[in-house]
Amino acid sequence: MNALAQDEGSQNLATYNFAYLDEQTKRMIRRAILKGIAVPGYQVPFASREMPMPYGWGTGGVQVTAAIIGPDDVLKVIDQGADDTTNAVSIRAFFAKTAGVATTTATPDATIIQTRHRIPETPLTQGQVLVYQVPIPEPLRFLEPRETETRKMHALEEYGLMHVKLYEDIARNGHIATTYAYPVKVEGRYVMDPSPTPKFDNPKMHQSEALQLFGAGREKRIYAIPPHTEVVSLDFEDHPFEIQHFDQPCAMCGAVEVYLDEVVLDDKGGRMFVCSDTHHCESRQADGHRGALLGESPGAGDDAGAEKEAIR
Amino acid sequence: MYVAVKGGETAIANAHRLLAARRRGDADVPGLTLEQIAGQLSLAVDRVMGEGSLYDPELAALAIKQARGDLIEAVFLLRAYRTTLPRFGHSEPMDTGEMLVERRISAIYKDLPGGQLLGPTFDYTHRLLDPVLAGDAPVDAPETGQDSNERVIRVSDILGDEGLIEDDPVTDASLPVADITRTPTEYPMGRDARLQTLARGDEGFLLALAYSTQRGYARTHPFVGEIRIGDVDVEVMIPELGFTVVIGRVKLTECQMVNQFQGSAKVPPQFTRGYGLVFGQAERKAMAMSLCDRALRASELGEDIVAPAQDEEFVLSHCDNVQATGFVEHLKLPHYVDFQAELDLVRRMRAEHFANAARADGETSATDDTKEAAE
Amino acid sequence: MTAIPQTNAVYEGGFSDPVGASQVVFRALMDAMARPGTIQVLPDVTAPPAPLSASASALIATLADADTPVWLDAALTKSSAIRDWIVFHTGAPVVSNPSDAAFALVAAPQNLSALNGFSLGTQEFPDRSTTIILQVSTLSDGAQLTLEGPGIKDQAQLAPDPLPQHFENQWRANRAAFPRGVDLILAAPGCVAALPRSTRLVRREA
Repeated sequence: MNALAQDEGSQNLATYNFAYLDEQTKRMIRRAILKGIAVPGYQVPFASREMPMPYGWGTGGVQVTAAIIGPDDVLKVIDQGADDTTNAVSIRAFFAKTAGVATTTATPDATIIQTRHRIPETPLTQGQVLVYQVPIPEPLRFLEPRETETRKMHALEEYGLMHVKLYEDIARNGHIATTYAYPVKVEGRYVMDPSPTPKFDNPKMHQSEALQLFGAGREKRIYAIPPHTEVVSLDFEDHPFEIQHFDQPCAMCGAVEVYLDEVVLDDKGGRMFVCSDTHHCESRQADGHRGALLGESPGAGDDAGAEKEAIR
Repeated sequence: MYVAVKGGETAIANAHRLLAARRRGDADVPGLTLEQIAGQLSLAVDRVMGEGSLYDPELAALAIKQARGDLIEAVFLLRAYRTTLPRFGHSEPMDTGEMLVERRISAIYKDLPGGQLLGPTFDYTHRLLDPVLAGDAPVDAPETGQDSNERVIRVSDILGDEGLIEDDPVTDASLPVADITRTPTEYPMGRDARLQTLARGDEGFLLALAYSTQRGYARTHPFVGEIRIGDVDVEVMIPELGFTVVIGRVKLTECQMVNQFQGSAKVPPQFTRGYGLVFGQAERKAMAMSLCDRALRASELGEDIVAPAQDEEFVLSHCDNVQATGFVEHLKLPHYVDFQAELDLVRRMRAEHFANAARADGETSATDDTKEAAE
Repeated sequence: MTAIPQTNAVYEGGFSDPVGASQVVFRALMDAMARPGTIQVLPDVTAPPAPLSASASALIATLADADTPVWLDAALTKSSAIRDWIVFHTGAPVVSNPSDAAFALVAAPQNLSALNGFSLGTQEFPDRSTTIILQVSTLSDGAQLTLEGPGIKDQAQLAPDPLPQHFENQWRANRAAFPRGVDLILAAPGCVAALPRSTRLVRREA
């Protein structure tokens, strides 16, 4: 009990490496990323570290971002599509502090986008990297809890169990009852968990211009989808994969064919729907698009249904 | 008028301020010092060091203070610090036979070389709240014996000399020592990785599993061969010097559980081992660990795997409380995007359900009409 | 522990800014691996003993450490300086058996006989394979390869030289073992390209 106890109030902050992780850890993660890119959809085991935020709160994504980020990068962090949710704010602040990088909420300005549960509505471009936070990377885990077994199934490309499960859904419910974390097949080989994004976002993974990296910290797995890679949602001829559709446009910006959050307005059943992607919604509003709640405006409103991606 | 939720940054900053104030408590009461925590809540400090897998009482005390006494949070703080430290190498195997024992008991021999040494145990205290402790009355200095400096033989060695217990599994010294903090988990796990995982596993989880083996879920007929608590030197090999150097001393709790085993055509009947080794004074944890270690050796010893405590992936994937608390608590993060997807599907399925029911009603009444007409 | 000869060539020529340099080198390599056929610029950040090239040494210094055994081809083992440079700057053990290597450094690709002598990983763990760094003199003036696969929109071209003998057949065999297989990093002066095992070669019109 010496110095530390005596001047605990005036302790110098511990010094950390650029982007928090030590270089040896970054090297280990970088090697895993390269293997992940070389074998698209295969989950590469990596020696995930304890991070200064809890497991399950994006430690995998944070480690991947920390391993790739450089001082010239511009970072965007979203949670549920929004830049201003508390966990997104917290992770963005972490990198602003430990790596001193510029941050942004504008999708086109970002070089690295770390995400939880959504893919931005604005199409990603070449040179961008989308980093997913993944809770359970194993798409077969809820069919077979044992790692030793699921590893064999991937090795043998034995995915019958997954099809049986999806078909049982149809038999019981008339629908495939998976609405998020909907399994995909990558480049005709590996069945992969897209992280708990709504299946609405699955088509955006297919032939994306951006590199997609997935980090699961607690489960110690990294995987990747290179740009221009075939990503197909599993389905059946008589029950083709389809995404969610919303009956009404965004109440704020009038966008259609985007993913909407339901907002409860009162205790009398009042509901409205607004964009889950906050940047997409704000830039549409800045461009003069108005949804029902904000009143109509010239060129938008009534014909909002005809509006498509207005950006770029 | 709807306004989207904003100001996450301010909300977080304010929450942290409130947390700091709550942590401090009543400002008229003196703040806790780290000496007070390390000295007077030493078993909490030991638990945090063990599950945090970092032997540093001072930092553990700081973590407990910072965590407002939430020990799992304190473990997490210590782990997140530990992970930033460079790894210089590993120590030589520690010789617990050379332990300077403060407590040493065996349940299988009444008396034995080195004797039974109760040490600072709660075991025979009557659990009556002691009002005197509300104050700060002086306590008597402990009775101490003569330091004999003699090696206290391990009970397992006494059994081993007679061949009554299986040999301590010998690890090939040429193989690298597993380090679960630096290699991804792989099953089946080697003994070194399994013991590391158990040593920093959650005390409560391992305790419950150990208890389950006693109640018949993979019974192993355990006897406490020995529990010893005391200080052991940590030695590292310095390659440039060509010999080992003592770099410090840590307090450890070791439990050697002696379990029944039938033997086989090749192996004569002998007892088997379950092993527990934990930082600090952590007897409950060391005992639970040794029971779990023995249960997890089921496949190695040719036993049927019938109970949770024997299931390697189940036990070792779920015993880490930092992982467990993170993932359980992450459920409080926003999930409204996924929930929206589920809402949409449930509404659709309900609509179909009611439509089908209405159609079925219509058909039934139509059939009834036809029947009536026929009759 | 082998004694390292006291020559400056061994101790010098490493990263002067390890954190920044390795990040820049890695990002170039990651982009190369993610977009096979593209040529990424590498900064000039290392000065190894010849015949190890600046590009190849920057890549190995970025990727290798005590956890990754490195294999060197005959051209790099002629003198001990290169081995000592790698050991000193990365801490990686140098191995003689190619199938034990996480990384292989090849200064004379034309003399490399077989890609399948390296580790291809296993069906369960295809990531446990050797990544081979080939030192090439050019990425655009050799015989043209037409590439398809993940990371490539339609098709891409690359013309590295020199390459291992019977490269096209060897690469087809490597592709056929997918998900097992080696990944190639092509280190040219000032730039890098990559051929991950997922890349297919398009047969040239006869």
